[in-house]
Amino acid sequence: MEGKIGLERKIAVVGVGWSGFKPFTTEEYRELIFEAAVKAYEDAGGINPRKDVDGFIGVAEDLWEGISIADEYYPDQVGAVFKPENSVSADGIVGFISACMMIQSGVWDTAVVEAHSKISEVLSVNDLLLFALDPVFNRPLWNVDPKTKKPVGGHPYMFAGLEMNRYLAETGTTVEQCAKVVVKNYRNALKNPFAAYGSNLTVEDVICSKVVSHPLKELDASKFADGCVVVVLAGEEVAKKYTDTPIWVKGYGFCSETSWLECHDWGDSVYTRISGEMAYKMAGIKNPRKEVNFAEVDDTFSYKELQNLEALKIFGRGEAGKFVEENLTAIDGDFPVNPSGGSLGQGNLFCANGLQKILGVVLQLRNEAGKFQVSKAEVGLAQAWRGIPTTSGAVTILGR
Amino acid sequence: MHFPIKRRVAVVGAGMTLYRRRLQETTKEMVFHAVKMALDSAGLTIKDVDAVVGGSAPDLFDGIHMKGENVITEAGGALKPYLRNFTGGTTGVSQQINAWSIVASGLADVCISVSWEKMSPCHPHPQYAFWTIFDRIIERPLGVNLVWIFALEMNRYMHKHNIKKEDIALVAVKNKANALDHPCAQLPAKITVEDVLNSPVMCWPVQRLDISPPSDGASAVIFASEDVAKKITDTPVWVIGVGRCEDTTYWMNRDLYFPYYAYYAGQQAYSMAHIYNPRKEIDVFEIYDPFDYKELHHMEGLRLCGKGEAPKLTREGVTQRDGDMPVNPSGGLMGVGNPIAAGGGMKVCEIFWQLRKEAGKRQVKKDVTVGLAHAWGELMQGSSVLIMKV
Amino acid sequence: MSVKISKYPGVGLKEEDIKGKKVLTTVWPCNLKYSWSAGVAVGRFLTELKNGKIIGRVCKKCGRILIPPRMYCEWCWKPTDEWVYVKDTGTINTYAITHLATDGVTRLKEPMPIAVIQLDVPAKLPRFFAGFLHYLGEVKPEDVKFGMKVKAVWKPPEERIGSITDIKYFKPV
Repeated sequence: MEGKIGLERKIAVVGVGWSGFKPFTTEEYRELIFEAAVKAYEDAGGINPRKDVDGFIGVAEDLWEGISIADEYYPDQVGAVFKPENSVSADGIVGFISACMMIQSGVWDTAVVEAHSKISEVLSVNDLLLFALDPVFNRPLWNVDPKTKKPVGGHPYMFAGLEMNRYLAETGTTVEQCAKVVVKNYRNALKNPFAAYGSNLTVEDVICSKVVSHPLKELDASKFADGCVVVVLAGEEVAKKYTDTPIWVKGYGFCSETSWLECHDWGDSVYTRISGEMAYKMAGIKNPRKEVNFAEVDDTFSYKELQNLEALKIFGRGEAGKFVEENLTAIDGDFPVNPSGGSLGQGNLFCANGLQKILGVVLQLRNEAGKFQVSKAEVGLAQAWRGIPTTSGAVTILGR
Repeated sequence: MHFPIKRRVAVVGAGMTLYRRRLQETTKEMVFHAVKMALDSAGLTIKDVDAVVGGSAPDLFDGIHMKGENVITEAGGALKPYLRNFTGGTTGVSQQINAWSIVASGLADVCISVSWEKMSPCHPHPQYAFWTIFDRIIERPLGVNLVWIFALEMNRYMHKHNIKKEDIALVAVKNKANALDHPCAQLPAKITVEDVLNSPVMCWPVQRLDISPPSDGASAVIFASEDVAKKITDTPVWVIGVGRCEDTTYWMNRDLYFPYYAYYAGQQAYSMAHIYNPRKEIDVFEIYDPFDYKELHHMEGLRLCGKGEAPKLTREGVTQRDGDMPVNPSGGLMGVGNPIAAGGGMKVCEIFWQLRKEAGKRQVKKDVTVGLAHAWGELMQGSSVLIMKV
Repeated sequence: MSVKISKYPGVGLKEEDIKGKKVLTTVWPCNLKYSWSAGVAVGRFLTELKNGKIIGRVCKKCGRILIPPRMYCEWCWKPTDEWVYVKDTGTINTYAITHLATDGVTRLKEPMPIAVIQLDVPAKLPRFFAGFLHYLGEVKPEDVKFGMKVKAVWKPPEERIGSITDIKYFKPV
């Protein structure tokens, strides 16, 4: 595909709000969403969803909630009753892009995007991840115990283990370098008041943690968290009504690699590469390393951060590990990566990961990140992945 | 709106599989067939496609979590922008809004929009999966079934306007007869009002022949930007209006006799298409009919007649294929089948074929230039509307 | 279908084909378990049901009493303001007589009436009322009418667990 250059109509993020992120929340998920929406609309100059918002996009996947048709439960708590609304089952950034496209096309002037995670309510996330595999070609690898009716076999994170192994072999990255990503992100999270898992780890802690699926260790995988993020967007003609600090959308792209897990590229993040190319072309960026100042990239697993940075051409193939070791990607480094703590530090929010990344970028660009503020924040990049066992991801570039 | 809609988008191809209670094809195979047919009909190959939108309703039917990911390659989305739209029953038409916006915003020139559903894998019966659409804490402990909520709405609608079952049954008779001319139809039949009234009671006032069947099936349409559309075909079918909205989740706090969600979704689409009198300005309609009374309910919601007047129009034959306001010339979900998302997809395909005068025996008698496809879904809650013009 | 297309893909199967193993099948049990938070609003609602009372939330702006209670009024889009108890009586807004069990296949021995009960609470906005879905009891299906006055029949206190089923059914008064 040729890809689009530039945006005919400029779009700005005019408000963000969030609730969580915590390992466990007692509110019902709709109450969590209401809290995030209230904050987001207040942040957007007190925008009234019943009057001023033209459209709403929800991001949800049924079985994370345990409801069929998660979209049914969407309109009330964000103020979308009787208003134009749509729901996508994709990553949070894809929901964000859907809203951008509706604004670009001219049919909406303002939009709200919402995504949340209430993963603490799922009693067996592993069974749910296995439920996402192809029933004909992949699931038969797991035998179903006739008594308990539960699948018996490898941990679904074996797919991450396989990818990590291939990535390390192809690029010469080491497990210590991956562990350094974990250390960096957990330490960044200590500075982030709404992160769930801030702590002071060492590389040894990570490497000596329990093996999940070689070479993936327990601490290489992000832990789950509950939370919700709501983002308010507006076309340029109306953006100034809602905020003095509009954050402009420079470019976006999303891509899915394949529905055949076995056929996807295990060593390279192809969907990130293609999404990045789309977004860079739209934003007119030729040298990402120089023209982008910082990034919030997917770090559901430690090696993913490195793999994604290389796919996004911020570092060359096989170089990301070295730069992490040299603290180049620390908050005060030359190219901060996941200054908010990422998914490792804040918690894995599943569908809401994408919006969590966008939140991190917007706060930096507005100079509102407090203790985890990076010094140079003019252009930031947010990238996310849908998680195991998918091969879909998205990228968006925001700037002042 | 501060920004004029600059890019015109047209539908240039469509295709669908057979709709059956159980198809041998897997989900992946069904999707491939539908997409291939749509591409062939437009004379395109997969290389010409820039983006793909998938649409499918509850994951529990085919038992695949994140089922959108399961058909990326088969839908033509490998290494391309791909997203899955999911809004319950309205998916078949709401996904077209996503696909339209992908082309209208300039991200792509050609976008496939494929809807599919495989309900048969769910055992003991796909109906059981519908229990999970209800409120987890306030409703599910009551053992509620989907047919209950339809029966409650149907009874309210009948009571409010004093409508008899005989009038509602006419819709089932019409649609199943219309489906006799649809090659993919699952349950076409020549039935009478007496057959409907004598069929087993499921949840009074709903009887078996009032309900559309669960199905497996897939359908696909192709959207293209103006320049590309004009190269592909002499008769691109332009998208002139889109609309989608939902009512509150709390369906048990609302008077169900009038579908306000259909009204507002219709308003959005009419306003975008500059249509002020839909009854006069739109020539052919495909209105969501999972149950026969729903066709009447939605006709009133979409402002095609006054509240309570839809049964009269049906009685007078106005909604027949040779009538003044043909509704569901395809046979609707009642006759062709109801693979949730692909039901809406089928309606979009039908409007496409009707406007291009390619519907063969199903072609409506009057001359048609503008058509409306509508889908409904969730807890008596949502509607999406797509208006097309040739 | 378009007149230009002559062949339609798809092979229909019958139930006997699957049971008779004429096609290859794979089986996977749906073993997904959840533990849902009722949250602040519904949590209180369930607690009061255990006490034999029905409680709702008030939105002072539109004046509605919201049952099932929620911490936000979806119409005004603002937090709701206070709790209020309501009587357990109401009228039938709409009803149906079900012959089907939850699985959609099993036919019940006795058809069972169900209804949306509109609780006796002033309706401040047209088309909105406070109420919920429940069974009807102590009434023959053919005697159920629109607008019929009903009252909740509760389970004895020791059997109540804090669930919508703490109300056995609504019966006519």
